[in-house]
Amino acid sequence: MAWDWQVFCKITTDEAQAPGCWAKGADVTYLEWMVHAWGWTLAVAAGAWVIAVTVGALVGTARTLPNSPWAVRLANAWVELFRNIPILVQLFIWYFVVPKMFPAMQQVPGFLLVVFGLGFFTSARIAEQVRAGIQALPKGQRYAGMAMGFTTAQTYRYVILPMAFRIILPPLTSESMNLLKNSSVAFAVSIAELTMFAMQMGEETSRPVEGYLAVTILYVISAFAVNRVFAYIEKKLRIPGFIVAGGTGGGH
Amino acid sequence: MGNLDLSFANWELISKFVLNGFYFSVALTAVATLGGVLFGTLLALMRLSGRQALMIPATIYVNGMRSIPLVMVILWFFLLVPLLTGRPIGAEWSAVITFIAFEAAYFSEIMRAGIQSIPRGQVFAGQALGMTYSQNMRLVVLPQAFRNMLPVLLTQTIILFQDTSLVYAIGAYDLLKGFVTAGKIYGRPEEAYLLAAVVYFVICYSLSYAVKRLQQRIAIVR
Repeated sequence: MAWDWQVFCKITTDEAQAPGCWAKGADVTYLEWMVHAWGWTLAVAAGAWVIAVTVGALVGTARTLPNSPWAVRLANAWVELFRNIPILVQLFIWYFVVPKMFPAMQQVPGFLLVVFGLGFFTSARIAEQVRAGIQALPKGQRYAGMAMGFTTAQTYRYVILPMAFRIILPPLTSESMNLLKNSSVAFAVSIAELTMFAMQMGEETSRPVEGYLAVTILYVISAFAVNRVFAYIEKKLRIPGFIVAGGTGGGH
Repeated sequence: MGNLDLSFANWELISKFVLNGFYFSVALTAVATLGGVLFGTLLALMRLSGRQALMIPATIYVNGMRSIPLVMVILWFFLLVPLLTGRPIGAEWSAVITFIAFEAAYFSEIMRAGIQSIPRGQVFAGQALGMTYSQNMRLVVLPQAFRNMLPVLLTQTIILFQDTSLVYAIGAYDLLKGFVTAGKIYGRPEEAYLLAAVVYFVICYSLSYAVKRLQQRIAIVR
């Protein structure tokens, strides 16, 4: 099979080759379209990441609170709800059902709905890791906080969370990479991200292999970049003598 | 609140549209689990073999699969398998091959952790009894590794069941597609999505509850 990488220099609306692979005016080449699609993928993933980490940290912490059984129950219910429904179904509900049930949501752009869908889905997984990280700390840490006369909030702020955060960094790394990969599901609700681009370009140009290959490489590069950023953070925050246990297996 | 009408959800709809999809999702999950664990164990043994010729390809395969989104893997296989075999195989068979190949990478990581969790002394004891490598693996290491990793393997199977919904990308007729089709035909797509969510939730929640119970029972035994 012969490669045809020139296909990326084609203008999407006609068969013409754009000089320098970058079309002028309102036209776009497939290369330009792909770069935009990469931007959408990164934007969806970044937006969802902010929501996932914020909500995940709150919910995960709530699950470990002493003397607040209702907060624990509510947080557990949150995790079970968002963890036991496939991401694709959750996206459909955010994109199609929520605007219909709540007319006020019809003004919200589809991109944001997808960000919420992916963010909440991932928040359940991060909450699980935060809970595990907090519970992995020796009980004595909590008692030490109490013995110092700290309130629960202070114990969490000064004793538990700083340590738990470092414990969950390795699983948080792989979950962030998972989030980036899961953003590919947004193709199903017509977000112009990389997977959507790969499918569309494959259909329009009859050169799907080139398109898939380019998109796959962009995903790998993006995931690797996330991995390196987290490795850097982990290194910067490492406390000498405090050995962090790595996460194992599971998840996508 | 908008106007939801769930009255269209009767037995006729379920038996006509949803059941076929449900059977396919379950079959895909079962086949991909069995095939994935089988090939995953082989990949794990390759990576732990200590031989470069086996370790390097297995490592590349596992890390490669794990760094690509599942949707892209599904699209790739749907594109490439007919090119390689020379004839179209249909979305359903393509999905089966894809999920076995993809899940093998994830199961191999679980099995690798499981094998590594077995104390070295167990292997030495097998060797001291004069067992060959394959006897040692078959009779000493793998049974314990499977047992240790059973909850994780089952949890991965639940994730796998959820992920089968992604065959939407190539139009295979699974549980989700059954609901989507029914929703279209009855003109009630939103309600169909909600019903799909409820069904997936009930299945996955019960399964993960069962896994949790199993985990506790295993924990008491040891």
